[in-house]
Amino acid sequence: MAEIITEKLSHVYSAGTPFESTALHDVSISIPQGQFAAVIGHTGSGKSTFIQHLNALLQPTEGRVLLDGQDINNDKYTRRDVKWKVGLVFQYPEYQLFEETVYKDIAFGPSNMKLSKEEIDERVREAAAFTGVSEELFERSPLELSGGQKRRIAIAGVIAMRPEILILDEPTAGLDPAGCAQIFENIRSYREKSGATVLIVSHSMDDVARLAERIIVFDRGTVVMDDTPASVFSRAKELMEIGLNVPKAAELAVALRDRGIGLPEGIFTHERLLAALLQLREGRKC
Amino acid sequence: MLRDVTLGQYFPGNTVVHRLDPRTKILLVVIYIIALFQAQGWISYGLVTLVTLVCMALSKIKPSSMFKGVKPMLFIIVLTALLNIFYTEGTPIRPGWIITWEGIARAVQMMLRIILLISGTFLLTYTTSPIALTDGLEMLLSPLKKLKVPVHEMTMMMSMALRFIPTLIAETDKIMSAQKARGADFETGSLIQRAKALLPILVPLFVSAFKRADELAVAMESRCYHGGEGRTRMKQLIMQRRDTIALVLGLLFLTAMIVLKRVGL
Amino acid sequence: MEPIIVFENVHFSYPGDEKESLHGIDLSIARGSFVAVLGQNGSGKSTLAKHMNAILVPDEGRVLVDGIDTADESRILDVRRRVGMVFQNPDNQIVANVVEDDVAFAPENLGVEPKEIRHRVDSSLRLVGMYEHRMHAPHLLSGGQKQRVAIAGVIAMTPEIIVLDEPTAMLDPQGRREVVDTAFALCRGRGMTVVLITHHMEECIDADRVLILSKGRLTADGRPEEIFADKALLEREGLEQPETARLLRELREAGMRLPGEALKIGDCADQIAQALQAEERSRSSWQKSSPKS
Repeated sequence: MAEIITEKLSHVYSAGTPFESTALHDVSISIPQGQFAAVIGHTGSGKSTFIQHLNALLQPTEGRVLLDGQDINNDKYTRRDVKWKVGLVFQYPEYQLFEETVYKDIAFGPSNMKLSKEEIDERVREAAAFTGVSEELFERSPLELSGGQKRRIAIAGVIAMRPEILILDEPTAGLDPAGCAQIFENIRSYREKSGATVLIVSHSMDDVARLAERIIVFDRGTVVMDDTPASVFSRAKELMEIGLNVPKAAELAVALRDRGIGLPEGIFTHERLLAALLQLREGRKC
Repeated sequence: MLRDVTLGQYFPGNTVVHRLDPRTKILLVVIYIIALFQAQGWISYGLVTLVTLVCMALSKIKPSSMFKGVKPMLFIIVLTALLNIFYTEGTPIRPGWIITWEGIARAVQMMLRIILLISGTFLLTYTTSPIALTDGLEMLLSPLKKLKVPVHEMTMMMSMALRFIPTLIAETDKIMSAQKARGADFETGSLIQRAKALLPILVPLFVSAFKRADELAVAMESRCYHGGEGRTRMKQLIMQRRDTIALVLGLLFLTAMIVLKRVGL
Repeated sequence: MEPIIVFENVHFSYPGDEKESLHGIDLSIARGSFVAVLGQNGSGKSTLAKHMNAILVPDEGRVLVDGIDTADESRILDVRRRVGMVFQNPDNQIVANVVEDDVAFAPENLGVEPKEIRHRVDSSLRLVGMYEHRMHAPHLLSGGQKQRVAIAGVIAMTPEIIVLDEPTAMLDPQGRREVVDTAFALCRGRGMTVVLITHHMEECIDADRVLILSKGRLTADGRPEEIFADKALLEREGLEQPETARLLRELREAGMRLPGEALKIGDCADQIAQALQAEERSRSSWQKSSPKS
């Protein structure tokens, strides 16, 4: 099944002009089928450029992107077909809605795939169910709905292509906490039921810590860390130095260690922090 | 990619040409255009070319950036030249040919005229920031306010448009990428299919532009905008001696051109 | 404290909307204080903000800014000059092509003398740390920088109040910090009244007062320590308790003695460290005394 690999991927914007800038440099990464990975890094770290290479929206200046061993940039047909397999949800995707009805908008992707009417219908309903878009909204205009609803419709529009790899660029930006929680729940359920690989770009470290199996950290166009959340967040101080947030629990753990509390490594969720503190107390009592 | 388009034709600098009052520069361009259309003979064309080259040298604008401005018009320039070559009567360059000596001369002159026209106006936009340009325009046109022409509103709209062009280009870029990710195809298919394919870009672009306009209006109102009445300017436009000198030189140039036309050079 | 903004039983609904967006708001904001407003999307936060500078006026009840009724159209500029507004989308509030020209926009509208405008523009840009960028084109700045320019643009009106309507919603964590730090500096350093509307609870923890708005009503009003310690209230409002408050509460439930509330990471760690040391001390003194008995 779908494994995506980048080999020595580099990208230079506006090459040969005074505005030339290297956005990615020598990125080699392999993401196996079914993984839930998070990409983090501050604005301009190259993470957005990176994800746009995975479905051939951008072509590498150097290096290759392989999906199941095949170069996705082989020719214009592979470049187009990869869009079905690798679904990319942009930041603020609600601004891409354009159809008269919610149903038609979700169906836009599958229609471009030239599927049968029945197949499209099935996929639209399935995608709407995943993202919690009620079928009662199908005939409404997407433009008159609330921001959170629009965002879920836009995500459904990508899920309706049944991508094997789903990439989301800051899917919760600008939403309130309840809206964020709902989107993350939608993504989790899609992954669980479809077995798809999920790659998520997020600034919300507490959510990343809770959901991802792997964290890839970008800084100035290169990958500086690539490991499990436990290992990455155990380097909380380094992350803070390159201007990134860490989960509040990890930040607290660092602060407690600074105050001479002997907490073990690898604490990045609330549950672990609480358990470690209580254990420490028990240990001292004995 | 759209982001590679260089926009905002302004090249910041600190030359004499840059420092001239925008009003002076706008007037000079008007004078220049009138003068250019006086040119008939080779000597007058030579003079305009010389003046243009001197101004370019003074402004330190590279000829290559000038050429970039002319490039999009190349087709029209060549077409005009060809039409003139073939449709001007006179002495054929060889007996029996339709191409005439007069035709070639006219073609060269027409090409020169268009290139000079573009270069002269670009010199203005290259050396004057958009905001200075609109300010200058507003002040030059301000007598029209007495005739109830909404000069302030017009120039305000112009500067807003200039401000939002880069933002809207970035936005178009983003929407195109998002729709491509959903399999939209802008490159293949018949003309009608391709025109249809633009819908997924245009609708979101319009929706967002209206939203922007709405928010911008609220933001401007919040910052006490209430039309041009009682408004002051941080950057006062003050005519300097160099402006007077430049205008006098411009008028002399125009006079010279008119004289040359009279004597048929 | 002397109130600078007063809402008296304010009701408001948008034209064509049956539901009221504001449902009887009574509120008084003290001069020089930092007030944070939390609430879900659609709770009426922005509508509340827009009442503070007469972009919207109440259907019923009234809003007083520095004693001026915002419904008095003849004094609309007096109200707006006193209340600077910063909005969510930085791109949609910057009007000029050059940073300093944008900052000059409001004082120009107010007919301020050119020399004085220059002075205000320079000092406002220095205040938000954007003076070095005064000649830049706004569209080339980062989100946080753009918002700081927008803040400078309202400071140049010399307002007494700054209302920030979700200024950080579209920013990355670094930009968020820049904007929130600037807002606090204006309040603590310059004595301005600041109203910050946000989704992010961590931005509220240093505020003097936190308000929660829900379906057009004020449902909570208190110091951040009180609000964020109230688990039931937060749950009801769809908000998550900040990690610090949650940890302290759960440790307390497990029997640790933690007397105070602390929302900042450092303060919270201090409390836990002290409590653990205190337990250690009492245990060792108990152990010392126990062999004798």
